[in-house]
Amino acid sequence: MSEHFVARAPALAYRMIGGETIIMVAGDATLFSLDEVASFIWQRADGRTPLRSIVEAICEEYDVAPAVARHDAEEFVASLAGRGLLVIRSHGAGEEDRKVMGKP
Amino acid sequence: MDSLDTATRGVAPESAVKALTVQIGEISIRLHPESTSFNEPLSDRFFGFLTEHRPVMAADLDVLLAGRDAVSDREISVSRSGPLWRIERGDFLAEWNPLSRRGWVKQSANPHPTDTVLRIVHSLLLAEEGGFLLHASSAVRNGRAFLFAGVSGAGKTTIAHLAPQDAVLLTDEISYIRPNGEEYRAYGTPFAGSLQKPGENIFAPVACAFLLEKGLENRIDDVDVATAARSLLRNVLFFARDTELASRVFEGILDFVSRVPVKRLIFEPDERVWELIR
Repeated sequence: MSEHFVARAPALAYRMIGGETIIMVAGDATLFSLDEVASFIWQRADGRTPLRSIVEAICEEYDVAPAVARHDAEEFVASLAGRGLLVIRSHGAGEEDRKVMGKP
Repeated sequence: MDSLDTATRGVAPESAVKALTVQIGEISIRLHPESTSFNEPLSDRFFGFLTEHRPVMAADLDVLLAGRDAVSDREISVSRSGPLWRIERGDFLAEWNPLSRRGWVKQSANPHPTDTVLRIVHSLLLAEEGGFLLHASSAVRNGRAFLFAGVSGAGKTTIAHLAPQDAVLLTDEISYIRPNGEEYRAYGTPFAGSLQKPGENIFAPVACAFLLEKGLENRIDDVDVATAARSLLRNVLFFARDTELASRVFEGILDFVSRVPVKRLIFEPDERVWELIR
Protein backbone atom coordinates (compact mmCIF):
# COMPACT_ATOMS: atom_id res chain seq x y z
CA MET A 1 0.00 0.00 0.00
CA SER A 2 1.46 3.37 -0.96
CA GLU A 3 1.96 6.01 1.71
CA HIS A 4 -0.55 8.86 1.80
CA PHE A 5 -0.33 12.24 3.46
CA VAL A 6 -3.27 14.50 4.13
CA ALA A 7 -3.18 18.26 4.53
CA ARG A 8 -5.82 20.80 5.39
CA ALA A 9 -6.72 22.89 2.38
CA PRO A 10 -5.83 26.59 2.32
CA ALA A 11 -8.44 29.35 2.65
CA LEU A 12 -10.22 27.67 5.53
CA ALA A 13 -10.99 29.08 8.94
CA TYR A 14 -11.39 26.47 11.65
CA ARG A 15 -11.39 26.06 15.39
CA MET A 16 -11.89 23.24 17.86
CA ILE A 17 -14.72 24.26 20.17
CA GLY A 18 -16.83 22.28 22.59
CA GLY A 19 -15.50 18.92 21.45
CA GLU A 20 -16.03 19.49 17.76
CA THR A 21 -14.21 21.30 15.02
CA ILE A 22 -16.05 23.99 13.12
CA ILE A 23 -14.69 24.72 9.67
CA MET A 24 -15.69 27.61 7.46
CA VAL A 25 -14.77 27.78 3.80
CA ALA A 26 -13.66 31.37 3.50
CA GLY A 27 -14.76 31.80 -0.08
CA ASP A 28 -18.44 31.12 0.37
CA ALA A 29 -18.82 30.87 4.16
CA THR A 30 -19.96 27.23 3.95
CA LEU A 31 -19.81 25.58 7.37
CA PHE A 32 -18.77 22.08 8.35
CA SER A 33 -18.47 20.51 11.75
CA LEU A 34 -16.42 17.47 12.73
CA ASP A 35 -17.06 15.18 15.67
CA GLU A 36 -14.36 14.13 18.12
CA VAL A 37 -12.73 11.38 16.07
CA ALA A 38 -12.92 13.36 12.85
CA SER A 39 -11.37 16.30 14.71
CA PHE A 40 -8.59 13.96 15.85
CA ILE A 41 -7.72 13.26 12.22
CA TRP A 42 -8.18 16.91 11.21
CA GLN A 43 -5.73 18.13 13.82
CA ARG A 44 -3.09 15.73 12.54
CA ALA A 45 -3.67 16.49 8.86
CA ASP A 46 -0.57 18.61 8.64
CA GLY A 47 0.72 17.31 5.30
CA ARG A 48 3.73 15.70 7.00
CA THR A 49 2.18 12.95 9.10
CA PRO A 50 1.42 9.82 7.04
CA LEU A 51 -2.20 8.71 7.17
CA ARG A 52 -0.89 5.37 8.40
CA SER A 53 0.51 7.08 11.51
CA ILE A 54 -2.76 8.90 12.09
CA VAL A 55 -4.65 5.60 11.93
CA GLU A 56 -2.22 4.08 14.44
CA ALA A 57 -2.83 7.01 16.76
CA ILE A 58 -6.60 6.52 16.44
CA CYS A 59 -6.24 2.86 17.39
CA GLU A 60 -4.25 3.83 20.49
CA GLU A 61 -6.59 6.63 21.50
CA TYR A 62 -9.94 4.98 20.86
CA ASP A 63 -9.23 1.26 21.22
CA VAL A 64 -10.49 0.40 17.77
CA ALA A 65 -9.38 -2.42 15.45
CA PRO A 66 -6.74 -1.28 12.91
CA ALA A 67 -8.69 -2.49 9.87
CA VAL A 68 -11.82 -0.63 10.98
CA ALA A 69 -9.87 2.50 11.84
CA ARG A 70 -8.08 2.48 8.49
CA HIS A 71 -11.29 1.97 6.54
CA ASP A 72 -13.12 4.73 8.41
CA ALA A 73 -10.20 7.13 8.21
CA GLU A 74 -9.72 6.59 4.47
CA GLU A 75 -13.44 7.08 3.88
CA PHE A 76 -13.46 10.25 5.95
CA VAL A 77 -10.37 11.67 4.27
CA ALA A 78 -11.79 10.94 0.82
CA SER A 79 -15.05 12.59 1.79
CA LEU A 80 -13.37 15.78 2.99
CA ALA A 81 -11.05 15.80 0.00
CA GLY A 82 -14.12 15.63 -2.23
CA ARG A 83 -15.44 18.73 -0.50
CA GLY A 84 -12.14 20.53 -0.94
CA LEU A 85 -11.32 20.58 2.76
CA LEU A 86 -8.39 18.17 2.66
CA VAL A 87 -5.67 17.54 0.12
CA ILE A 88 -4.31 14.02 -0.30
CA ARG A 89 -0.69 13.69 -1.37
CA SER A 90 1.64 10.82 -2.03
CA HIS A 91 4.53 12.66 -0.40
CA GLY A 92 5.01 14.71 2.73
CA ALA A 93 4.62 18.45 2.30
CA GLY A 94 7.33 20.97 2.93
CA GLU A 95 6.92 23.85 5.33
CA GLU A 96 5.79 26.16 2.53
CA ASP A 97 2.87 23.89 1.71
CA ARG A 98 1.37 24.04 5.15
CA LYS A 99 0.10 27.57 5.33
CA VAL A 100 -3.34 27.24 6.75
CA MET A 101 -5.60 29.90 8.07
CA GLY A 102 -7.11 29.80 11.52
CA LYS A 103 -5.94 28.29 14.75
CA PRO A 104 -5.24 24.61 15.19
CA MET B 1 -16.91 88.53 16.10
CA ASP B 2 -18.79 89.61 13.05
CA SER B 3 -15.84 88.89 10.85
CA LEU B 4 -15.34 85.52 12.53
CA ASP B 5 -18.99 84.63 12.06
CA THR B 6 -18.79 85.69 8.48
CA ALA B 7 -15.66 83.63 8.02
CA THR B 8 -17.27 80.65 9.64
CA ARG B 9 -20.23 80.91 7.37
CA GLY B 10 -17.85 81.45 4.52
CA VAL B 11 -16.15 78.08 5.06
CA ALA B 12 -19.45 76.29 5.11
CA PRO B 13 -19.43 75.34 1.45
CA GLU B 14 -22.36 73.95 -0.42
CA SER B 15 -21.00 70.45 0.11
CA ALA B 16 -21.23 70.89 3.89
CA VAL B 17 -24.85 71.90 3.50
CA LYS B 18 -25.58 68.89 1.33
CA ALA B 19 -23.56 66.28 3.19
CA LEU B 20 -25.29 64.00 5.66
CA THR B 21 -23.38 62.22 8.39
CA VAL B 22 -24.95 58.90 9.29
CA GLN B 23 -23.63 57.55 12.58
CA ILE B 24 -24.38 53.92 13.39
CA GLY B 25 -22.61 52.01 16.12
CA GLU B 26 -20.47 55.09 16.82
CA ILE B 27 -19.04 54.77 13.32
CA SER B 28 -19.69 57.72 11.04
CA ILE B 29 -20.12 57.70 7.30
CA ARG B 30 -20.68 60.95 5.45
CA LEU B 31 -22.87 60.91 2.39
CA HIS B 32 -22.45 63.54 -0.30
CA PRO B 33 -25.51 63.45 -2.55
CA GLU B 34 -24.82 65.10 -5.87
CA SER B 35 -28.28 66.58 -5.85
CA THR B 36 -29.93 68.42 -3.00
CA SER B 37 -33.19 66.85 -4.06
CA PHE B 38 -31.89 63.55 -2.71
CA ASN B 39 -31.15 64.97 0.75
CA GLU B 40 -34.68 64.68 1.97
CA PRO B 41 -35.17 61.00 1.08
CA LEU B 42 -31.84 60.19 2.70
CA SER B 43 -32.64 62.29 5.78
CA ASP B 44 -35.96 60.51 6.14
CA ARG B 45 -34.36 57.11 5.68
CA PHE B 46 -31.70 57.64 8.32
CA PHE B 47 -33.71 59.78 10.70
CA GLY B 48 -32.45 59.35 14.24
CA PHE B 49 -28.99 58.37 13.04
CA LEU B 50 -27.88 61.68 11.56
CA THR B 51 -25.38 63.76 13.47
CA GLU B 52 -24.45 67.40 13.16
CA HIS B 53 -21.10 66.78 14.84
CA ARG B 54 -17.95 66.38 12.80
CA PRO B 55 -16.56 63.10 14.05
CA VAL B 56 -13.73 61.23 12.36
CA MET B 57 -15.26 59.73 9.26
CA ALA B 58 -14.79 56.07 8.53
CA ALA B 59 -15.94 56.78 4.99
CA ASP B 60 -16.95 59.64 2.76
CA LEU B 61 -19.24 58.47 0.00
CA ASP B 62 -20.33 60.50 -2.99
CA VAL B 63 -23.87 59.52 -3.90
CA LEU B 64 -24.24 59.85 -7.64
CA LEU B 65 -27.65 59.47 -9.15
CA ALA B 66 -27.10 57.50 -12.30
CA GLY B 67 -29.32 55.56 -14.57
CA ARG B 68 -29.01 52.27 -12.74
CA ASP B 69 -31.72 49.66 -12.92
CA ALA B 70 -34.47 50.02 -10.41
CA VAL B 71 -34.34 46.25 -9.95
CA SER B 72 -32.73 45.22 -6.67
CA ASP B 73 -33.40 41.49 -6.64
CA ARG B 74 -30.04 40.51 -8.07
CA GLU B 75 -27.46 39.02 -5.76
CA ILE B 76 -25.03 41.46 -4.25
CA SER B 77 -21.46 41.16 -5.44
CA VAL B 78 -18.71 42.34 -3.09
CA SER B 79 -15.12 41.96 -4.22
CA ARG B 80 -11.74 43.45 -3.45
CA SER B 81 -8.93 44.53 -5.73
CA GLY B 82 -5.98 45.64 -3.60
CA PRO B 83 -7.42 47.99 -1.01
CA LEU B 84 -10.41 48.90 -3.17
CA TRP B 85 -13.78 47.30 -2.43
CA ARG B 86 -16.30 47.06 -5.25
CA ILE B 87 -19.93 46.50 -4.36
CA GLU B 88 -22.54 45.88 -7.02
CA ARG B 89 -26.18 45.00 -7.47
CA GLY B 90 -28.69 45.77 -10.18
CA ASP B 91 -29.65 49.10 -8.69
CA PHE B 92 -26.21 50.35 -7.67
CA LEU B 93 -22.48 50.18 -8.17
CA ALA B 94 -20.15 51.37 -5.43
CA GLU B 95 -16.45 51.55 -4.68
CA TRP B 96 -14.81 52.27 -1.38
CA ASN B 97 -11.16 52.54 -0.39
CA PRO B 98 -10.63 51.99 3.36
CA LEU B 99 -7.18 53.57 3.17
CA SER B 100 -8.31 56.88 1.73
CA ARG B 101 -11.75 56.41 3.34
CA ARG B 102 -13.24 57.73 0.13
CA GLY B 103 -15.77 56.12 -2.11
CA TRP B 104 -18.80 56.59 -4.27
CA VAL B 105 -22.04 54.93 -5.12
CA LYS B 106 -23.86 55.26 -8.44
CA GLN B 107 -27.47 54.40 -7.87
CA SER B 108 -31.07 55.02 -8.71
CA ALA B 109 -32.85 57.87 -6.93
CA ASN B 110 -33.97 55.72 -4.05
CA PRO B 111 -32.47 55.54 -0.55
CA HIS B 112 -32.66 51.73 -0.53
CA PRO B 113 -29.37 51.21 -2.41
CA THR B 114 -27.65 53.69 -0.09
CA ASP B 115 -28.96 51.69 2.85
CA THR B 116 -27.54 48.49 1.38
CA VAL B 117 -24.14 50.06 0.71
CA LEU B 118 -24.01 51.33 4.29
CA ARG B 119 -24.79 47.86 5.63
CA ILE B 120 -21.96 46.38 3.61
CA VAL B 121 -19.41 49.06 4.41
CA HIS B 122 -20.28 48.74 8.10
CA SER B 123 -19.91 44.96 7.92
CA LEU B 124 -16.44 45.41 6.40
CA LEU B 125 -15.46 47.96 9.02
CA LEU B 126 -16.76 45.82 11.87
CA ALA B 127 -14.90 42.73 10.66
CA GLU B 128 -11.63 44.61 11.11
CA GLU B 129 -12.23 44.81 14.87
CA GLY B 130 -14.06 41.54 15.51
CA GLY B 131 -17.55 42.99 15.26
CA PHE B 132 -20.31 41.84 12.96
CA LEU B 133 -23.84 42.32 11.69
CA LEU B 134 -26.22 39.54 12.64
CA HIS B 135 -29.62 38.50 11.31
CA ALA B 136 -31.23 39.20 14.65
CA SER B 137 -33.63 41.56 16.27
CA SER B 138 -32.40 43.14 19.47
CA ALA B 139 -33.73 45.18 22.33
CA VAL B 140 -32.49 46.78 25.53
CA ARG B 141 -34.18 45.97 28.81
CA ASN B 142 -32.93 47.03 32.24
CA GLY B 143 -29.80 48.43 30.63
CA ARG B 144 -28.84 45.14 28.99
CA ALA B 145 -29.19 44.12 25.36
CA PHE B 146 -30.79 40.88 24.20
CA LEU B 147 -30.38 39.45 20.71
CA PHE B 148 -32.92 37.25 18.95
CA ALA B 149 -31.23 35.48 16.06
CA GLY B 150 -32.80 33.49 13.32
CA VAL B 151 -33.32 33.13 9.64
CA SER B 152 -36.24 34.73 7.86
CA GLY B 153 -39.46 33.48 9.42
CA ALA B 154 -37.85 32.48 12.72
CA GLY B 155 -39.69 35.23 14.57
CA LYS B 156 -37.29 38.18 14.75
CA THR B 157 -39.95 40.71 13.96
CA THR B 158 -42.58 38.86 15.99
CA ILE B 159 -40.51 38.96 19.16
CA ALA B 160 -39.76 42.63 18.56
CA HIS B 161 -43.44 43.34 18.01
CA LEU B 162 -44.32 41.64 21.31
CA ALA B 163 -41.78 43.66 23.31
CA PRO B 164 -43.19 45.41 26.38
CA GLN B 165 -43.01 49.16 26.83
CA ASP B 166 -39.92 49.05 29.00
CA ALA B 167 -37.93 47.32 26.25
CA VAL B 168 -36.23 49.61 23.75
CA LEU B 169 -35.98 48.19 20.26
CA LEU B 170 -32.55 48.36 18.61
CA THR B 171 -33.63 46.64 15.40
CA ASP B 172 -36.09 44.04 14.20
CA GLU B 173 -33.80 42.86 11.43
CA ILE B 174 -30.04 43.34 11.68
CA SER B 175 -28.19 43.60 14.96
CA TYR B 176 -25.02 45.62 15.14
CA ILE B 177 -22.39 44.08 17.42
CA ARG B 178 -19.05 45.54 18.47
CA PRO B 179 -16.50 44.25 20.96
CA ASN B 180 -15.72 46.57 23.85
CA GLY B 181 -13.02 45.21 26.13
CA GLU B 182 -14.27 41.98 27.67
CA GLU B 183 -17.87 42.56 26.61
CA TYR B 184 -19.86 43.06 23.44
CA ARG B 185 -22.19 45.95 22.75
CA ALA B 186 -25.34 45.94 20.66
CA TYR B 187 -26.22 49.18 18.91
CA GLY B 188 -29.42 50.45 17.44
CA THR B 189 -29.61 50.59 13.66
CA PRO B 190 -31.87 52.17 11.05
CA PHE B 191 -31.86 48.81 9.24
CA ALA B 192 -35.49 47.84 9.63
CA GLY B 193 -37.20 44.60 8.72
CA SER B 194 -40.88 43.80 8.41
CA LEU B 195 -41.69 46.16 11.28
CA GLN B 196 -40.54 48.98 8.98
CA LYS B 197 -39.46 50.96 11.98
CA PRO B 198 -35.85 52.00 12.69
CA GLY B 199 -34.31 51.11 16.02
CA GLU B 200 -33.39 53.57 18.72
CA ASN B 201 -29.93 55.05 18.41
CA ILE B 202 -28.59 53.70 21.70
CA PHE B 203 -26.34 50.85 22.80
CA ALA B 204 -26.01 48.44 25.71
CA PRO B 205 -23.81 45.49 26.68
CA VAL B 206 -25.11 42.22 25.31
CA ALA B 207 -26.51 40.07 28.14
CA CYS B 208 -27.64 37.12 26.06
CA ALA B 209 -28.14 35.99 22.48
CA PHE B 210 -31.18 33.84 21.89
CA LEU B 211 -31.59 31.40 19.02
CA LEU B 212 -35.25 31.70 18.08
CA GLU B 213 -37.48 28.71 17.64
CA LYS B 214 -41.25 28.89 17.42
CA GLY B 215 -43.06 26.40 19.64
CA LEU B 216 -46.13 25.75 21.73
CA GLU B 217 -44.74 27.16 24.95
CA ASN B 218 -42.30 29.77 26.20
CA ARG B 219 -39.07 28.21 27.35
CA ILE B 220 -35.34 28.87 27.43
CA ASP B 221 -32.97 25.96 26.78
CA ASP B 222 -29.22 25.84 27.14
CA VAL B 223 -27.19 25.19 24.01
CA ASP B 224 -23.64 23.94 23.84
CA VAL B 225 -20.97 26.33 22.67
CA ALA B 226 -20.42 24.57 19.33
CA THR B 227 -24.11 24.76 18.48
CA ALA B 228 -24.08 28.42 19.48
CA ALA B 229 -21.13 29.12 17.22
CA ARG B 230 -22.60 27.24 14.25
CA SER B 231 -25.99 28.89 14.65
CA LEU B 232 -24.61 32.41 14.86
CA LEU B 233 -22.21 31.82 11.98
CA ARG B 234 -25.20 30.85 9.84
CA ASN B 235 -26.90 34.12 10.74
CA VAL B 236 -24.00 36.50 10.38
CA LEU B 237 -24.23 38.91 7.44
CA PHE B 238 -21.44 37.88 5.20
CA PHE B 239 -21.25 39.75 1.95
CA ALA B 240 -17.71 39.39 0.69
CA ARG B 241 -16.08 36.28 -0.69
CA ASP B 242 -12.79 37.30 0.81
CA THR B 243 -10.54 34.88 2.68
CA GLU B 244 -9.03 37.35 5.13
CA LEU B 245 -12.35 38.93 5.95
CA ALA B 246 -14.07 35.56 6.38
CA SER B 247 -11.40 34.49 8.82
CA ARG B 248 -11.91 37.63 10.90
CA VAL B 249 -15.67 37.23 11.02
CA PHE B 250 -15.22 33.57 11.97
CA GLU B 251 -12.89 34.46 14.83
CA GLY B 252 -15.21 37.29 15.90
CA ILE B 253 -18.19 34.96 16.26
CA LEU B 254 -16.17 32.34 18.13
CA ASP B 255 -14.88 34.98 20.52
CA PHE B 256 -18.44 36.24 21.00
CA VAL B 257 -19.79 32.81 22.00
CA SER B 258 -16.93 32.42 24.47
CA ARG B 259 -17.94 35.63 26.25
CA VAL B 260 -21.70 35.98 25.85
CA PRO B 261 -24.34 33.42 26.91
CA VAL B 262 -26.18 31.94 23.95
CA LYS B 263 -29.45 30.12 24.61
CA ARG B 264 -32.37 28.77 22.65
CA LEU B 265 -35.64 30.62 23.09
CA ILE B 266 -38.66 28.51 22.24
CA PHE B 267 -41.68 30.76 22.12
CA GLU B 268 -45.25 31.06 21.04
CA PRO B 269 -46.41 34.38 19.63
CA ASP B 270 -47.52 35.68 22.97
CA GLU B 271 -46.22 38.69 24.87
CA ARG B 272 -45.69 36.53 27.96
CA VAL B 273 -42.44 35.33 26.38
CA TRP B 274 -40.94 38.59 27.56
CA GLU B 275 -41.41 37.48 31.17
CA LEU B 276 -38.41 35.22 30.51
CA ILE B 277 -36.27 38.03 29.13
CA ARG B 278 -34.95 40.24 31.87
